[in-house]
Amino acid sequence: MSDVTSGPASEPVVDPAPGDHPPIAYSPRAAAWARRRASFAQLARSVRSDRIAFGGLVVLVLFIVMAVAAPLISSRSGLSAVDSVGNLAWARPSWEFPMGTDHLGRSVAAQFVWGARVSLFVGFAATVLTVGIGSFVGIVAGFFGGWTDSVMMRLTDWFLVIPFLPLAIVLATVLDRSLWNIVFVIGVTTWPATARLVRAQVLTVKQRLYVDRARALGASRTHIVGRHILPNVAPLILANVTLAVPISILTETTLAFLGLADPNQTSWGKTLEEAFGAGAISRNAWWYYLPAGLGIVAVVLAFTLFGRALEEILDPRLRKRSRGQR
Amino acid sequence: MRARFVVAKVAGSLATLAFVLVVNFFLFRVVNDDPTASMFRGRNMSADQIQQRREQFDLTGSRLEQFIAYVGQTLRGNLGDSFLSNRPVTTEIREAIWPTVALVGTSTVFAMVIGITLGIYAGWRRRSKFDVASTSFSMFTYSVPDFWLGMLLLAFFSVSLGWFPTGGFEDAGSTATGLTALLDQAHHMVLPALTLTLAYIGEYMIVMRSSILDTVGEDYLQLARAKGLRDADVRKRHAVPNALLPVVSLTALNFGFILSGAIAVESIFSWPGLGQATLEAIRGPDFPMLQGLFLLFSASLIVANLAVDLLYGFLDPRVAGR
Repeated sequence: MSDVTSGPASEPVVDPAPGDHPPIAYSPRAAAWARRRASFAQLARSVRSDRIAFGGLVVLVLFIVMAVAAPLISSRSGLSAVDSVGNLAWARPSWEFPMGTDHLGRSVAAQFVWGARVSLFVGFAATVLTVGIGSFVGIVAGFFGGWTDSVMMRLTDWFLVIPFLPLAIVLATVLDRSLWNIVFVIGVTTWPATARLVRAQVLTVKQRLYVDRARALGASRTHIVGRHILPNVAPLILANVTLAVPISILTETTLAFLGLADPNQTSWGKTLEEAFGAGAISRNAWWYYLPAGLGIVAVVLAFTLFGRALEEILDPRLRKRSRGQR
Repeated sequence: MRARFVVAKVAGSLATLAFVLVVNFFLFRVVNDDPTASMFRGRNMSADQIQQRREQFDLTGSRLEQFIAYVGQTLRGNLGDSFLSNRPVTTEIREAIWPTVALVGTSTVFAMVIGITLGIYAGWRRRSKFDVASTSFSMFTYSVPDFWLGMLLLAFFSVSLGWFPTGGFEDAGSTATGLTALLDQAHHMVLPALTLTLAYIGEYMIVMRSSILDTVGEDYLQLARAKGLRDADVRKRHAVPNALLPVVSLTALNFGFILSGAIAVESIFSWPGLGQATLEAIRGPDFPMLQGLFLLFSASLIVANLAVDLLYGFLDPRVAGR
């Protein structure tokens, strides 16, 4: 890792990548962008050389492509019980229905493809919310210190001590059943861990000399946070994102299984709920409950493996340790 | 251990408990300002009945009056009556608590013993085949939704092979007592307990492994080896005792999750515990019941956290001294 955690933004830095022609930095901004490009290239190289991380990334890309391209792969009408009236219920996998049909004659494959869309969407949207709240609280608490810090960390501790799944369940029960409420519920219940992590990193960045220098030169707080603090905690936040997505997806799955999801949206958790409720287990209709579960396992595993590798590359504390032992 | 440390920790826990009470009130009365409304939707109830329900849930009077009434009731140990059964929530909880404690408690102990053992050997021989296999296994179980794992085990062992009953706490209509009844209950508990054990192992394994990895480079292990101790003795006498601390705190913390740990899995196996009660309360919706369960789940985690803090102060004097 070259420059992710160092240097003020205004110093011309030459691209350190070996073999490349160093670009000539004409302005501080060009230099900053050159440095960012170099850091990103370095990150890409690290990921590519890590077989597990790269494998996880490939699986993720495949699932994301499938989710985005869902309308091209399978017609939405496959999800509707009304449109599936002529189909045989509980049919085993066949050429027409590669994953068989469910208790209403709907195609399980269509549910799998469209379910990926909802599960991944909830995973990403909830992560944006949780990492957004967590980073905001962490940066504000860490940067301003004093009583702001005390109040915010006390609140964080309180949230950490409330069991998050029961809290999510209660919130989801009290609110209406909708996709956005599920996103909201996961977001507001999982942010405290991110807040603590980001705060710790902000506290160490705050001590750096160049922050003092910027302050001595009369830089505003906004400038210091935006130009010095944020870029330096960004890698940590990125690693946190990849670890928050699997947690969000698993939480959505559980909430959907408990019947708290939007009744009109097919997610993988919803499919499992319906399969269980319709008696797929006692009928031995493995084609109904296996695909959704395997999809969850594949996506969560891929995110976790990729996220852990990324964390090891980006988190300065972990990096030191793994370098010593590898 | 300093008295001040203990007092501070206990006071902190009480403050958290007070926060939970506020959250509990806020969730049920402010986020959804008339929680009974969703109950009456589409049901044939007279205005009198609705008013009765509202009074039963203390929805009359101002917010502040409601809050004071709620706190007063709760402190006196009255959690209200269940909407579904009309019996006190405390009675409902008391009946459902033991099946859950038995199931999740057993699973936690099994997972702890197996996970810690796996973690020790995996960390001690880093990058060995055993390490790779058990780490992969842990990552896999971590990624599997526990209730789906339960569905798979149920489909395979109960439906296909017929080795275990498909659900419940004991055979329907069983009048057996004593040992026969206990064996019957144990037979019913095998699959849900196996599900939860598999689901929990990974966490213990990973924490123990990384804790062992942290101690591997320490000087005192070098010294122990220099004294000529066998490898197994270095591990058992010097590495493991020093590496156990994070796992001790994880274990104590997980005891706080025993009551709320099996919400989805219990419903797969129709296990008549708190998880099943939660699911029924969601479906009702039975707000007094859900409110009581949430308070119980939070309180048990707060107590476990307090235990961890005090235990840490006791096991690692540096913490309490600071």
